[in-house]
Formats: sequence, C-alpha cells, structure tokens
Amino acid sequence: MTVSDAVSTDPLQPQSAEQAEAIHVWNLHKRFGALEVLKGVSMTARDGDVVALIGGSGSGKSTFLRCINFLENPTSGVIRINGEDIEMVSDGAGGQYPANRRQIERIRSRLGMVFQNFNLWQHMTLLQNVIEVPVHVLGMKRDEAIAIGEQLLERVGLSAKRDVYPAYLSGGQQQRGAIARALAIQPRVMLFDEPTSALDPELVGEVLKVIGDLAKEGRTMLLVTHEMKFAREVASHVMYLHNGIVEEEGPPEELFGSPKSERLKQFIRTVS
Amino acid sequence: MSKLIADTEIEIPLETFPIHKDTDPAQRNEWKQPHRIILILIGLALVGSAIFFLRWDWLPNYGDLILQGLWRTIWILCVTVFLGFLLAVPLGLAQAAGPAILAIPARWFCTIIRGTPLLLQLWLLYYGLGSLFPQYPWIRGSELWPYLRQAWPYAVLALTLSYAGYEGEVMRGAFAGVPKGQLEAARAFGMRRFTILRRIWLPQAIHRALPTLAGEAVLQLKSTPLVATITVVDLYSVASRVRQDTFITYEPLLLLAAGYLVITGIIVFLFRRLERLVPSRLG
Repeated sequence: MTVSDAVSTDPLQPQSAEQAEAIHVWNLHKRFGALEVLKGVSMTARDGDVVALIGGSGSGKSTFLRCINFLENPTSGVIRINGEDIEMVSDGAGGQYPANRRQIERIRSRLGMVFQNFNLWQHMTLLQNVIEVPVHVLGMKRDEAIAIGEQLLERVGLSAKRDVYPAYLSGGQQQRGAIARALAIQPRVMLFDEPTSALDPELVGEVLKVIGDLAKEGRTMLLVTHEMKFAREVASHVMYLHNGIVEEEGPPEELFGSPKSERLKQFIRTVS
Repeated sequence: MSKLIADTEIEIPLETFPIHKDTDPAQRNEWKQPHRIILILIGLALVGSAIFFLRWDWLPNYGDLILQGLWRTIWILCVTVFLGFLLAVPLGLAQAAGPAILAIPARWFCTIIRGTPLLLQLWLLYYGLGSLFPQYPWIRGSELWPYLRQAWPYAVLALTLSYAGYEGEVMRGAFAGVPKGQLEAARAFGMRRFTILRRIWLPQAIHRALPTLAGEAVLQLKSTPLVATITVVDLYSVASRVRQDTFITYEPLLLLAAGYLVITGIIVFLFRRLERLVPSRLG
C-alpha cells in the first residue's frame, strides 16, 4: 500500500482497542533540498487525545503538522488517517506525492486546520467562511450549514459578527472565527498550527480559552504551540521536537515536571 | 468644519464597515460649499453659451444617426469588454500558475497584443484576413459568410483580442497577488482545484483587479473610434459625417466629447458599485 520500506516492522501498530486511531504516523521524513527538517518522527493520536508538539523554531513541529494533511508532501514515511493508508508515489527525484488527489481531498475535509495567520477568506463574511466548506466541499444543504454555522459562531462568542468581513475583526476574533470554520466540517481531528503566535498578547487568552474548551469536551487535537503553560494544562501527550526528531515525549506532568533530556530542560528554562 | 469631520472619523469603531463618501452625511453636503457652487455656475454658463452661440440646427437631421452610432459604440464596448475579460481570465491564470506549455503562449499573446498598435491589429484583421477569405469558395459558401463580409465582426474581434491582451496581464498580477495562505486554507479543507479557483482564487483576483479593469474599460471606450477606419459607423464616425455634409466641425466634436464623457462616467459608476460589493480591505 505504502511506499515505505518498513510497514511490517511498524512498532506503533494498535496494540489495544481502547480508542480508535485517528492519526498514525510512522518514521516520517521531510527534506527541503539538502535540508532534512524531519528525521523520522512517529506519533499516534487516538480519539480524544490532545497531542501538543513543542520545540524551538526550526525544530520541524509545524512541518510535521503540515505533512499530516499533505500541505507538505513527506519525503518518506507512513501516514494513516481514519485508519486509511495514504498511497504515495515517487516523483523520481527522491520525493513522493499522493497517488490519489481525491483521497487527499477527502481526508483533508475531515481534518480541521487552524493556521497561525488565521487565513479566513477575505472576500467572505464570517458566516460565509464557516459554511463554505460544508456547502461546497461536503455538499451540505445551505440552510443546514447556516444553522450549524450560527451555533458554532455562538460557541466561539462571535454571533454578533456573523456578517462582518475578516478585515474588520481583531486577530483574536479572526482566530476564533477560523476555529469555528474548522469545527464546521465536523472534523475527526483538529490541527492547530501555532494558533496564538500571530496574536497580540492581550488577545491570546480568548483563543486559548476556546481551544481549552474543545479539549475538555474530548475533541481529538494536534496542537503546535509555544504556550507551555497551556500545553501542560490541556494536552494528554506532549512531544518535544528538536532538529527534526522527537527528543522526548510523554504525559505533560512527566515531561514538564521531570524532563530527562538536557535540551528539554534548557528549552523549558528559556521559554518559561 | 474639517475639525468636526476629523472628530467623527475617530469615533468610528474599527469593526464597522467603512463609511463611503456618498453615504457619509458630513461629506454628502460638501458640494454645497461656496467654491463648488461657483464652479457649478461657471460650468452651467459654459454649457449655456455653447447652446446659444454655436450652431445646432443640423442636430435634428442627424438625430437617428447619432442614436445609432451611440448604440453601436456602447454595444461594441460592452461585448468586447465582456468577451475580452472572459479570455483574460485563462490568459492570466496560465501565466500566473499554468504549466510552461500554456504560460509561454499566453505571455507571447499578451506581449504581441500590447506591443503593437490597435489600429494595426484592426487593419491586419480587416484588410488582411478579411481580404483572404473571399478567395476560398468554401468560406464564401459557408453560413458564416454573411457575417464575414461585414466589417463589425472584425472590429469586435480586434477589440476583444486587444482587451484580452491587456487584461490577461492585469489578471496575471491579480492571481499572483492573492496571498498564499488564502489558497492554502482552501487546500487544507479539501477543496478541489477547480472549486478553489471558482470560490476563492478568482473572486479575490477579480476584486484586486477591479480598479484597473475600470480604467481599462474606459481606455477601451476611447479605442472604439478606431472602428470607424474600417467602415463601422460608431458615434465618432457620425461626427465625421456631419462635418463632411455640413462643413460644421466644432459643434459635432463638442457633442462627441460630451457623449464619451457621459459613457465614461457611467463605466466608472458601474465599476464603483461592483467594487463595493466587497469591502476593500482585502488581505
């Protein structure tokens, strides 16, 4: 199925049937030219997990997240989403790309991505942003999508802004709107790519609160973040990336309470 | 007064829509200021003196011809701007994101169209292509022949290609100018490539290009008199006709200028309306 040479030796195959696997990544490599950004990263997220990816800039954590919905094509490795292996074909230049565009599109439409720079569509009002994917990708009826969209906007505290264009919203409002847009597709997993990094400090709290609420209700999430305190609070599993490999991982209390590796100790000292 | 306006602007909260000049009460009354009233009076006096002191007795004889010419100018303008724009979208897209096999011909097309005079293109099509056709019996016998022997199809074709050439370049820039994140968000949610183009990329590109497209439509209007050189009777050629018949030169030209000004005003007005469909603070 996959191009990877080592599917059979995959040590992260589901051992128990506690919760279904939402995302399973094994031995992911990503190379930009001569620069190897990811040097074999593995991860499994089961339903209800909140996995936080932390690490310095250039550690590869954002690239890892972007590989999961194929905004970047991994150079090699196994990615299985919703129990579905992604078929890759070689591009003949050491890289690979998805064999089936439709499969990627289908999988992407189950992953709710939230970007660092919000990326709300500027030519649409907030509500139009939220119903866009349900109506034009998932084929939902417009009325139905609007009803769901209004509920979601209420949840993120933006009911009053439903007919406002993104350019007239604050960063925090835009990001909460972007979270509503991601929720509107009823995602299996939410992917957050440094959701508060582009925000003014006073706006970070409102966004973290929304994300924290989602974590509490048991939503499966992958979270790339610089907010260590927040990661410690909401995550069920924390991965510390350094130079493209997982330097250390584990439950947040363990990782932050008693870090083993010297690098992680130093990282925690510098960011807190 | 200016102090007052400045104060009200500060109070507008960031979240609200921008207040346009024509809906802002403080600015709507601006034309009532003294210097404007004087300018308006001077303008009216000029028009009045033109009506009283110049010769307009020829006007009733040419009323029908003027209306016909006006109609022809307007429909040629509308049709060529519309068709030209339809061609410009793929031309721009090919150059901004297409494979080389499409991008290179598109760039050549735009370069050639923009690099040669429209009059030359018009004559090459009409006197060149148009004079080749009758040599082929199968063309003479075809159902298209009644059209191909007239002048206006060549006028429409030349003006359409010209607009497409210029706007292809404008759309290339507009497509390239849409922020990557906008398209990436669409990809990340599983949109198909054509859906991204239709729902995200094209609307944002058009919105970016609208001010330029308005200007180009005005330029296109002022290119239409060239069709008079291939015997299409538009608004401009009516003025020539009047001069030839009556030896009155100045008055028809004045009327012509007024006519083009009014059409320009309408074009600008319509494009402003279009621009306002989406507030202008894109990305």
